[in-house]
Amino acid sequence: MVIALAGNQNCGKTTLFNQLTGSNQHVGNFPGVTVEHKIGQIIGYKNYSLVDLPGIYSIRPYSGEEKVTRDFIINEKPDVIINIADATNIERNLYLTLQLIEMGKPLVLALNMMDELLGNHGSVDINGLSERLGIPVVPISAAKNDGVDELMRVVADTAEKKLRPRRIDFCSAGPVHRCIHTVSHVVEDHADNIGVPSRFAATRVIEADEDITAALKLSDNELELIEHAVLEMEDESTLDRNAALADMRYRFIEAVCAETVVKAQESKEMLRSVRIDKILTNKYLAIPTFIAIMAFIFWMTFSVLGKWLSDLLAMGIDSFTAWVDGLLTAYGLNPVVQSLVIDGVFAGVGSMLSFLPLIVVLFFFLAILEDTGYMSRVAFVMDKLLRRIGLSGRSFVPMLIGFGCSVPAIMATRTLSSDRDRKMTMLLVPFMSCSAKIPIYAVFTAAFFPGHGGLVMTCLYVFGMLVGIIAAKVLSKTTFTGKPVPFVMELPNYRMPSLKSVLLLMWEKAWDFIQRAFTVIFVATIIIWFLQSFDVRLNVVEAGSTDSLLAIVGAWLAPIFAPLGFGDWRVATALVTGVMAKEAVISTLGVLMGVGTNLGAAALGGLFSLRSAVSFLVFCLLYTPCVAALAAVKRELGSGFKTVLVMLSQCCVAWLVAYVVYLLAGVII
Amino acid sequence: MTLDKLPIGKPAVILTVGGEGNLRCHLLDMGLIPHTEVTVRKVAPLGDPIEIFLRGYTMTLRKDDASKIEVRPREEI
Repeated sequence: MVIALAGNQNCGKTTLFNQLTGSNQHVGNFPGVTVEHKIGQIIGYKNYSLVDLPGIYSIRPYSGEEKVTRDFIINEKPDVIINIADATNIERNLYLTLQLIEMGKPLVLALNMMDELLGNHGSVDINGLSERLGIPVVPISAAKNDGVDELMRVVADTAEKKLRPRRIDFCSAGPVHRCIHTVSHVVEDHADNIGVPSRFAATRVIEADEDITAALKLSDNELELIEHAVLEMEDESTLDRNAALADMRYRFIEAVCAETVVKAQESKEMLRSVRIDKILTNKYLAIPTFIAIMAFIFWMTFSVLGKWLSDLLAMGIDSFTAWVDGLLTAYGLNPVVQSLVIDGVFAGVGSMLSFLPLIVVLFFFLAILEDTGYMSRVAFVMDKLLRRIGLSGRSFVPMLIGFGCSVPAIMATRTLSSDRDRKMTMLLVPFMSCSAKIPIYAVFTAAFFPGHGGLVMTCLYVFGMLVGIIAAKVLSKTTFTGKPVPFVMELPNYRMPSLKSVLLLMWEKAWDFIQRAFTVIFVATIIIWFLQSFDVRLNVVEAGSTDSLLAIVGAWLAPIFAPLGFGDWRVATALVTGVMAKEAVISTLGVLMGVGTNLGAAALGGLFSLRSAVSFLVFCLLYTPCVAALAAVKRELGSGFKTVLVMLSQCCVAWLVAYVVYLLAGVII
Repeated sequence: MTLDKLPIGKPAVILTVGGEGNLRCHLLDMGLIPHTEVTVRKVAPLGDPIEIFLRGYTMTLRKDDASKIEVRPREEI
């Protein structure tokens, strides 16, 4: 059995999905956190799989997500659709319910947040609502796992008996009613052919859904007949076709709600949100508060909590490495193999792992921002700024996630409803310095700017954003000249983030990072170790020797970086390995300098002056994203050629900007 | 009067929803249809977009788009 889960954004859909499947999926409050549909096995029901559809308000294909949902229901024919609706916001939520009912598939309405509604002296006549809608209705509270068992019993029953909605008609007598019936009649046979109810096909045709209209293969004669009926309806109802149908559905909903729902007047949750917004979206306080929140997060991550944990872990790894080294020496292992284990694997992977706490702490804070609903407010506050560079406030969130990691950020661009905004945001995400670059900044600021780490890092982040803004201006004047997507977005009530969901996200990110440390970086460190330990005749060479294979590759590339002030082959090599993963820049430098994780002022001082350290940091900030991010770009752009173009253009931008910075630094320093 | 000109906190009723294409359809789907009561809650710190309240929930849209929605303040009815 395939069960599909559909519902508005912010109605607790992902929470219910987690309750039903126990899967490790992230729960977010920002509209559109579920991008690709996820599948899980329903606990306690063998052979029942649950598909999480994107959060949408309507199946009119306004965005890609609505299209995905519509096509999934029509083409994949799920056995039952669970429609989850927010009981505290029932009118708008039922709008999607009516459209799903029109599709004629077995449907169960899960009325969520019942606890919140009852707590605010509201109530719903469940039987009455079920009677009026012609589908089973189950009250639940997904966050508290109340009513979820009952929901599944009803779903299983509906699935086995293949119970379809008992009514699919919501119009009262009048011009809209007449029009729908006329059109239903015309499209009936065609609708049968593609396996959708004629009533559904009729409303889609009236609302000018191009895909469905094309699929129905109507003759010119029939189209003319339909157009005539629609014009007559528009004339009589004085509403155009789209407004008339929306009006018909909302009037039905209002009538049903008047009979069956006692609405909560002003809910505690809404009053609380209004109070919080008095500060967070206040005319004067909003932007300072946002900057303060972000500064606090970065400070906690890079100077306090994250750094402390990171230092602690680095100490642990160092003593473990020394212990293993001693053990291997005592055992009398071949010195080359011992060098592979200690200088290659332990040094490379170990230096990576010590940065794990930074990433975990950063994602902990980002997850809280997302789950509370603050991200939507950020989009609201920042929309005007982003509009100046040709984007909308919604693009701000993917960019913010870009500070954590470009890969989920690029994936999050799929929530944007216009192709133009999506691609443009994707190209700008790499300018938001990702957390994998933190090791580079951390090591270099510690060596060259001791005591000023926070300041230098803030400057780097701001500088990345500035270059991004310039790039956006150029892009919107050249490649992306179209109109930005309209900005219409729900501002959900603030909710306490669930500890479970925040921890799940942290674990996901930590696990992802550990996997990368032991796969990509593991392989990279072994390759680098091999290249630097052997010469062209495969003889073992001294650490840091200029005869090694790596020295030859690096020496070949080094002249490119000479104008930027760091023409040493070891730096060039480190930058090349950085394409695999940004953290590898530091681990490679450590291995090449023969100091492992102890990359500090002493080792770096020989390679960099203060001036070239600055230009190196700028180059690292801007040059091509890592392989994983490039793979994400390729998936979204659907073209390998364009991806290579993106990569090369970003390298060129980085080189030019670093060169200018190097020249300017020469004047200042 | 259009929605973008509606004073903050003043309840009004939607008369017509103008504009075109996907955006207009999306607004209709979100429940911005004639005869719906709507209140402007707030203007974003930079002067745009605006935050509106209708049908028990809060949403945001830009002034440009709000200017295509014709409303009548409650007291004038």
